[in-house]
Amino acid sequence: MAIRCVASRKTLAGLKETSSRLLGFRGVQTFTLPDLPYDYGALEPAISGEIMQIHHQKHHQAYVTNYNNALEQLDQAVNKGDASTVVKLQSAIKFNGGGHVNHSIFWKNLAPVQEGGGEPPKGSLGSAIDTHFGSPEGLVKKMSAEGAAVQGSGWVWLGLDKELKKLVVDTTANQDPLVTKGGSLVPLVGIDVWEHAYYLQYKNVRPEYLKNVWKVINWKYASEVYEKECN
Amino acid sequence: MYDATRLPKSRAIHKSQNTDSTGVCSPHLSLKLELQFKRMAASSAVTANYVLKPPPYALDALEPHMSKQTLEFHWGKHHRAYVENLKKQVLGTELEGKPLEHIIHSTYNNGELLPAFNNAAQAWNHEFFWESMKPGGGGKPSGELLALLERDFTSYEKFYEEFNAAAATQFGAGWAWLAYANDKLKVVKTPNAVNPLVLGSFPLLTIDVWEHAYYLDFQNRRPDYIKTFMTNLVSWEAVSARLEAAKAASSSSS
Repeated sequence: MAIRCVASRKTLAGLKETSSRLLGFRGVQTFTLPDLPYDYGALEPAISGEIMQIHHQKHHQAYVTNYNNALEQLDQAVNKGDASTVVKLQSAIKFNGGGHVNHSIFWKNLAPVQEGGGEPPKGSLGSAIDTHFGSPEGLVKKMSAEGAAVQGSGWVWLGLDKELKKLVVDTTANQDPLVTKGGSLVPLVGIDVWEHAYYLQYKNVRPEYLKNVWKVINWKYASEVYEKECN
Repeated sequence: MYDATRLPKSRAIHKSQNTDSTGVCSPHLSLKLELQFKRMAASSAVTANYVLKPPPYALDALEPHMSKQTLEFHWGKHHRAYVENLKKQVLGTELEGKPLEHIIHSTYNNGELLPAFNNAAQAWNHEFFWESMKPGGGGKPSGELLALLERDFTSYEKFYEEFNAAAATQFGAGWAWLAYANDKLKVVKTPNAVNPLVLGSFPLLTIDVWEHAYYLDFQNRRPDYIKTFMTNLVSWEAVSARLEAAKAASSSSS
């Protein structure tokens, strides 16, 4: 018999807990849209409530829906031994799965000002940033420049290279997760530079969006990830 | 005898050219290839030579299907920036003064894109896009164009389905095209700034599916934008004229 567990939708306790649901006796895991830990309007004026709502309810939801569909088709193709369909589905999985992964991180990378959004990084991450980039301002300048230079759609990241034990700034195209740029890269902060992330508010002026988004970046979360990976 | 119906792919073009160490084609493109490339671009009647040409209609003329606000930003800011930035980028380089099509071809560089490609191709693509639309456009084409669509797609509806799917499934930023090559019509989708010119075919029609093209009017609803484009905006006259030019260009060099 199909077992259904409705996971809690109140907290953003982690990707796996809030986003998995067993369906059918095949056990194809499906994903659900994680809740935001803040109201849509809570990041204003840096990011408008209108953008947050459409970004979360429409764009991220579409990635989740399409990812689930692709996984379902993959499951069928794998069971049938249909190798060419399995291969054909890879781009849909990368795109939609990547979209789900990236946006789930993004919502945690943001926080309202009242909850620490924009407060500069402290502790070991703060020191690491000073070491690698001179100062938080140096890092912001570099990430903003690289984010502005992304042609088409993509993301700009601050990542930790676990192997080399250093911080890196990199960009990815479309919905490629940071790990596609290096297997040992762990994303700490990702900024969505797809036009849907800013267009309704900032129109063509992506640099202005990049200037303002730092006011709501949640460095506390980035520090948590950093400290966990460093130990 | 040079056979223009066998359009060489970019790869073949590059093997036969002299390239300098930066990969930019030297001015000594073989005459035949340069002529053929000029014909391909001419067939689409885009004569942009680093000029921001206004659309062939007022910025509010496509309302309510494409808003004046969209045109003001899309043409007035995005397209303008591609043209202005291209001019700055080629200033003082070998590319300065070269026709736009030449720059697109050189900087495509067999897929290893050189810095000016994005601005050059986008300048071309956008002029082509404005001219692909008209007030009171849309619906079904007629005459020879319809006959060829029915021949190569079995029906207009099948063409519509394929074009719609290409436009809807281009991941991220890009374009969907109706193109002509080897006496056949086909639907093509391309990422970012890539266009059929560099893939060896004659562009006939395009829809811009970068988010900036539809976000103010449709937000995330790209399928609604594509439907509106096909139902209310496509200029089949422009497409037919381009098809005629493409056929003439193909046959005149044999």
